[in-house]
Amino acid sequence: MTGLRLAAVLIAVFTASFALAQGDGRRSGYQDMSPALQKMQDDDTANPAMLFVQAGASAWTEKAGAAGKSCADCHGDASSSMKGVAARYPAVAPETGQPVDLEGRINLCRTTRQLADPLAAESDGLLALGAYIALQSRGQPIAPPGDPRLSSLRAEGADLYKRRQGQLNLSCANCHDDNAGRKLAGASIPQGHPTGYPIYRLEWQALGSLKRRLRNCVVGLRAEPWPYEAREYLALESWLMVRARGLAIDAPAVRP
Amino acid sequence: MANVLVNAPKTAKKGQVVEIKALIMHVMETGFRPGTNGRIIPRNIIEDFSATWNGREIFRMKMSPAIAANPFVSFSAVASESGIIAFRWSGDEGFVAAHQVDITVT
Ligand code: HEC
Ligand code: HEC
Repeated sequence: MTGLRLAAVLIAVFTASFALAQGDGRRSGYQDMSPALQKMQDDDTANPAMLFVQAGASAWTEKAGAAGKSCADCHGDASSSMKGVAARYPAVAPETGQPVDLEGRINLCRTTRQLADPLAAESDGLLALGAYIALQSRGQPIAPPGDPRLSSLRAEGADLYKRRQGQLNLSCANCHDDNAGRKLAGASIPQGHPTGYPIYRLEWQALGSLKRRLRNCVVGLRAEPWPYEAREYLALESWLMVRARGLAIDAPAVRP
Repeated sequence: MANVLVNAPKTAKKGQVVEIKALIMHVMETGFRPGTNGRIIPRNIIEDFSATWNGREIFRMKMSPAIAANPFVSFSAVASESGIIAFRWSGDEGFVAAHQVDITVT
């Protein structure tokens, strides 16, 4: 091997391991999956989430609502206009001054720009647009905005994350900080980073949002899950993004 | 309209073994699960998947309720001649989906 090629390989190995591990021990759920599932996620013709991306791409150009406009009419080519967007939500919507997550942002455009009905939480239509937009941030580092209007929400999220709840009286941190990497029955406990949402979860046999994932964890604690529109999810999502700052987006991901 | 993702090479050498992958959106409802109202959700699966190369069948499989939603099938074929690889899925509730790709064999 020539010196130049060796150097190139070393640089590639170094950047790959840096991107994966960030050098600080944080790991995306992708790294805790079996090689078979990683392969499924990596192959865009085997990853079932790509079926939803395809549906999202066509929804992007469909006119809707009383305004008769499509997403593309205002945002043009998603591969440039939506690049990096999923990596920085939840963010503050300029129209309302209120924090929204990506799904909330999509529905804000549905209702205030297209003058159409909002898409239902967890509906295929909302998930498909979310997956299509998230795909445009693949490989981008998670970059929560430095907007002070998000501070209290993040603090609420951090507090919820550490608060024990449910009949099991456990906190998110008990699993995802204290016991990450260990096993819970058959499943390995990931660090709980929101890098891949929406995800195609094999257990669901469907695409699902980060909220659905959080609901599963809350039910796992034998606590009553909050309703979909609850502020608690927005708070947890905001905190999880801060906690995962710098990790690369791998959406739409496959998870067990 | 059915939502399908097919991955096959656009070109191949004569005699080469090519890998073909096909993914389709489908609930593959088993017919064994009770719904939220306690009643069994009727079976709704893809029963049959086949592929032809210029009309000649190169692959066929029967699907069963044990196959997960959004079935993914991968198989290989020997590139014989240029033309069309066509795929067809059919199943319960009159489900039919078709897709085709061109391939150039040199
Ligand atoms: C009892 C342990 C436990 C607790 C407590 C718990 N989780 Fe989880 N969580 C898991 C396990 C196990 C998984 C992975 C499940 C799987 O892959 O099948 C998971 C997955 C996740 C993921 C998905 C990570 C990825 O790679 O996509 C997130 C995010 C998450 N949890 C957040 C939370 C939050 C927030 C809380 C608190 C409300 C919480 N979890 C409480 C065990 C727990
Ligand atoms: C009539 C024009 C219009 C239409 C149609 C529209 N949007 Fe928007 N959208 C906007 C504007 C304007 C903003 C930015 C708000 C601001 O920054 O003041 C925006 C912001 C966004 C953002 C946040 C971008 C960022 O950088 O933070 C997303 C995501 C988005 N729109 C998605 C969609 C989707 C999905 C659709 C189709 C369902 C859609 N939009 C339809 C005008 C539109």
